[in-house]
Amino acid sequence: MAINITMPALSPTMEEGTLARWLVKPGDTISSGDVIAEIETDKATMEVEAVDEGTIAQILVDAGTEGVKVNAVIAVLAEEGEDPDSVEAPKGEAAAKPEKADKADAEKEKPEPAKAEKTKESDPEKTTEKGETAQKPREAEGKDVSKELAGTPMKLADVGSGKDRIKASPLARRIAALRGIDLSSLKGSGPRGRIVKADVENAKPGEKSAPKQAESGAPAAAPQAGPAPDGLILPQVLDDRVYDPESYELKPLDGMRKTVAKRLTQSFMQVPHFPLTIDIKLDKLLASRADINEAAPEGVKISVNDMLIKASALALMSEPDCNASYTDKGTAYHKSAHISVAVAIDGGLITPVIRDAQTKGLATISREMKDLATRARERKLKPQEYSGGTFSISNLGMFGIKTFGSIINQPEGMILSVGAGEKRPVVNDKDEIVPATVMSVTLSCDHRVIGGAEGAKWLAAFKRYVEHPQSMLL
Amino acid sequence: MADYDLIVIGSGPGGYVAAIRASQLGMKTAIVERESLGGICLNWGCIPTKALLRSAEVLHYANNAKDFGLKIDKADFDLEAVVKRSRGVAKQLSSGVSHLMKKNKIEVIMGEASLKKGKPAPTVAVKDKDGKTSEYKAKNVILATGARARAIPQAGLEPDGDLIWTYREAMVPKETPKKLLVIGSGAIGIEFASFYNELGSDVTVVEALDRILPVEDEEISAFARKSFEKQGIKFHTGAQVKSLKKGKGKVTADVSAGGKSETIEVDKVILAIGIVGNVEGLGLEELGVNVEKTHVVVDGFGRTGVEGLYAIGDLTGPPWLAHKASHEGVVCVEGIAGGKEAHEFDPWNVPGCTYSHPQIASVGLTEAKAKETGRKLKVGKFPFIGNGKAIALGAAEGMVKTIFDAETGELLGAHMVGAEVTELIQGYVIAREGELTEETLMHTVFPHPTLSEMMHESVLASQGRVLHM
Repeated sequence: MAINITMPALSPTMEEGTLARWLVKPGDTISSGDVIAEIETDKATMEVEAVDEGTIAQILVDAGTEGVKVNAVIAVLAEEGEDPDSVEAPKGEAAAKPEKADKADAEKEKPEPAKAEKTKESDPEKTTEKGETAQKPREAEGKDVSKELAGTPMKLADVGSGKDRIKASPLARRIAALRGIDLSSLKGSGPRGRIVKADVENAKPGEKSAPKQAESGAPAAAPQAGPAPDGLILPQVLDDRVYDPESYELKPLDGMRKTVAKRLTQSFMQVPHFPLTIDIKLDKLLASRADINEAAPEGVKISVNDMLIKASALALMSEPDCNASYTDKGTAYHKSAHISVAVAIDGGLITPVIRDAQTKGLATISREMKDLATRARERKLKPQEYSGGTFSISNLGMFGIKTFGSIINQPEGMILSVGAGEKRPVVNDKDEIVPATVMSVTLSCDHRVIGGAEGAKWLAAFKRYVEHPQSMLL
Repeated sequence: MADYDLIVIGSGPGGYVAAIRASQLGMKTAIVERESLGGICLNWGCIPTKALLRSAEVLHYANNAKDFGLKIDKADFDLEAVVKRSRGVAKQLSSGVSHLMKKNKIEVIMGEASLKKGKPAPTVAVKDKDGKTSEYKAKNVILATGARARAIPQAGLEPDGDLIWTYREAMVPKETPKKLLVIGSGAIGIEFASFYNELGSDVTVVEALDRILPVEDEEISAFARKSFEKQGIKFHTGAQVKSLKKGKGKVTADVSAGGKSETIEVDKVILAIGIVGNVEGLGLEELGVNVEKTHVVVDGFGRTGVEGLYAIGDLTGPPWLAHKASHEGVVCVEGIAGGKEAHEFDPWNVPGCTYSHPQIASVGLTEAKAKETGRKLKVGKFPFIGNGKAIALGAAEGMVKTIFDAETGELLGAHMVGAEVTELIQGYVIAREGELTEETLMHTVFPHPTLSEMMHESVLASQGRVLHM
């Protein structure tokens, strides 16, 4: 029996991705574990490994196709020894059942965005009792009744209800569900505008009017339907009267650009930001850094940023009220400081995370940061490496920026914007004007979880660690 | 100045339906007919043959009355009366068409039409019975001249109206041939074979392809063949009639199959080796109309490529079916009117029916053709023997077969053989036109006890969920 290969969800928030490249072609024999395709996800390019073995019978989604929904069938695998002609009348139950359950599964999950159950997918144990083994359209030798029944109502594309109901034939709905096509994006050519098979078949797999609404930080996807573009992002129509088409070059949005746009817009519009700025003297920190690097073993070179990561983590430990996320269910106070560090890369921005930074030595932080940044530029980060932070740092000091206010990286509660360290005249204890190396940092806070006083306290703690770097050793 | 918005040439089920639709859409319409309103279908085709076959069916029941606990000493028939009934039915319907034309204010022009170059559509010249020719101008002209039986004179396969018949002579027999040879096992050949077999003729059917009813699903073909053979019809498939030699009241057919030759002597021969379009004498060549293998080439709206000239029905090629012609007529006229209702014709949704005993009906792809598409299939079958109504009717021979795309649930094809299947098939045609999936069909309630329950069971069987087997 042929096996459907579906678009995998490579991260909990992934709803769709770009099928960047196929590494196999029809006729190729593959075995479990072979890399068969590359998928450009939210923020990275990931390799897709084969779960089953067999011969690639058909590739359904071309390389370079954008917006392929998670769980859409992207290729069909013929099992070893499979004779396409043997697909015969189900003479008995045995013949028909596995296949049906099979299909039902495949369809059930189609329109569902990434789900929590999906973790089951990696479970090689195939015959689960329930019908909802998401994105596991193969398997199912089992003749479990509940599974069979669960499979009976085949998944159809959503048509809404009431006045806004989309008219579509059952076949059109089924094909749309199979291919991950959003019916609301189609114009029906049937009687009274009914969407029929031909309309869906003419639509490209994965095509839909617009990306679904933004997810609210949590992986549970927001309800879609409706042509709401990228959640809060209103589409800017390129008007030829405003910009002559010859006067610009249009670059398609890639997965990263879309994700950055979506997440930042969402944060900027949903989170009540407020900035707190403070000046911090850097001389001691710079001196310590020089000392450390001088004494450090070969290959270790601590950067100012590494030290700021450590200082941030310790400040979060000192002011645990600030290590917080606002959620629907309550404020989540994080027990550990996972520091997201903004890294500008070609085509976007990504925030790899130094986990448990409060427990790590500078050498460890430095080594991890180098590795993460390198792989981030190659877009080879795994999703778990750029998610799960509790606080962010963005540093534009190297560009000479004095102060700036970053947009909070939801669901984190704060982000620190680090400006350039520069010589400034400062007034010392003795009322003398003396030169000092000073940087201004701005803390953007989510006012839903951080009050002005808490933010100020955190900055004070941070300042203390930076201005007295030896205290980081305590 | 155009005399009409539309002139339809030919008043068969394609032409007269097109004319009615045009009139409904407000067009000033005329229809030209050289013989009888209603064309072959009403006068010499579908309808009178159904009348004949009904007589044969009643005779069959009378002959088998004891199966139903009835006593009929000796069932017999009066051939003249059987034919008379058939002609009466045809006449009644033909006058019905006349009434429909009147009701819809469609002018009927009797005579033989031909076309000349003209604007905005070719000019229609009609020669009447007395040889007088009148010219008519219209904005649009639809050709619906139909088709006729194919002949192969080189092999003696040419009707002579006496020993060698076409459907036309076969429909009005003076006596029942003792031995009958039917050449061709399409719907027409099989219907006559079935009819004459029931009347007691010794019937042999020769088919050039390797199975009878070659357009039907292979399994249905095989099933039907067995059933006919049980009733005494003999078949030579993969066989050709090399020659027909006419003797005195006898015809000797030289039948060759697989390198072997056989001589069959019969009283009558029915030619049912296909259909050729009535393309002659219309002036199509001068107009530059594209004709291929005696059929006018058209697009999905019946356009010929010549401005203002359209063609529908048998003239445009297979399937040669009245309902296909009528549907094309409607599509064509709506296309001309440019209405929003215009809906291009889908040949795959045309059901085919053969009214033999047993009946055969189908729509969509055969299993073999469906396989050729490369799709994964789910095929369901249900036999008549599993259906209560079929058993009660004493007609427990037959089957219903459905073919679905395993993935999308699309009904790719439905094929049936058995009692009344020609009345059942339209359920599956609706399913195809409405794009209903196997799921919708499974959710549909079929009344009990009816033969239609088998249609449900066949769908269930395709999913391994058959209930009554």
